[in-house]
Amino acid sequence: MITRFLILFVLLFGFAATGVADADKSDDIRTPLPVIKITKPGKCVDDTDEMRRNHMDKILHQRDITMYDGIRTKQYSLSNCVDCHADEKTNSVLGKEGFCESCHTYTAVTIDCFSCHSDKREVKTSDNIKGKPEQ
Amino acid sequence: MSISRRKFMQAGAAAVTGAAIAPGIHLVELAQARSPEEAASTAKRWGLLIDSEKCTAGCSFCVDACHTEHNITSNNRPETDAQWIRKVTAKDPDTGYTHYLPVMCQHCEKPPCVDVCPTGASFKRADGIVLVDKHICIGCRYCMMACPYKARSFIHEEITNQKSYVPRGKGTVESCTLCVHKIDRGDNNTACAEACTEFGNDAILFGDLSDLKTEIAKRRKTEPSRQLRSDLNLNTGVRYQGL
Repeated sequence: MITRFLILFVLLFGFAATGVADADKSDDIRTPLPVIKITKPGKCVDDTDEMRRNHMDKILHQRDITMYDGIRTKQYSLSNCVDCHADEKTNSVLGKEGFCESCHTYTAVTIDCFSCHSDKREVKTSDNIKGKPEQ
Repeated sequence: MSISRRKFMQAGAAAVTGAAIAPGIHLVELAQARSPEEAASTAKRWGLLIDSEKCTAGCSFCVDACHTEHNITSNNRPETDAQWIRKVTAKDPDTGYTHYLPVMCQHCEKPPCVDVCPTGASFKRADGIVLVDKHICIGCRYCMMACPYKARSFIHEEITNQKSYVPRGKGTVESCTLCVHKIDRGDNNTACAEACTEFGNDAILFGDLSDLKTEIAKRRKTEPSRQLRSDLNLNTGVRYQGL
């Protein structure tokens, strides 16, 4: 009886251990996955699940109230999204590993925002320092 | 202690009057600053007053400031380059007297560009600023033909390095936004007016036309000014002096 339990235990544990080992080998997965780099983790607007499914609706809603009513609150603003999610190296949400482009390429959804909007994190530079311009 | 209804109302009315006329307290001014959550309203009408007598030849600080603010760059093709302000030279053919004036979107009360837009992209905001919603602009350029001031530009080529607060892109029409991003954040000035005051000839004044306490409204009331193409009855937000 004890032997049977031992065998069962070893089998179960063994399978579990193999399962963990498989999950760890994510590099070997043949299915391509998008690169999701979150440099500043934390909840800003909503839960991750909600944002993954419905970010486009939130941006669309904000777009109209900004355009027509001039309400430029930060929480749902596209430039605020970009400021946080832009890649640290490229300073952009586009590019192969860019936060927006990586997922959109993976899901084959064309992203139109950045043909007009800036895809770069707003860097405070000397542009903002006033000086008499040369003519 | 009991107080009659009549006395209570009298005391209340006195308190309200006292707050309104007490020195240093201006209830109206307190209400003027728009909070970020508050929508633009018809309580304001933004506009410019431009003194063409002060505007001089060779000075282009307003145009340069506009280009810097909105990152408008040239492709070295003047025929198709975007142009939000033009410096116009007006010459009297008889006398030869020449003067100069910057011309941008005149932010009409009854804008012809809005009338002709087939998609509703061209619109007037509640506070009188005429804008293009580029999300729904199809680039048909009817508005460019309808505008009597040649204020609008079509973007023919890809644009990169836009400012985060000024989205601009190929295939859409654009024009002076009266620095709407600055107004929304409470700067109460435009890039052109700031540059003209600081570096130029102090020819451009920005302000709220509907508030009679502002300098622009006072000057419009006491000094002569006129609209360009006043025959069209568009009631422009931009007015000129010295024409």
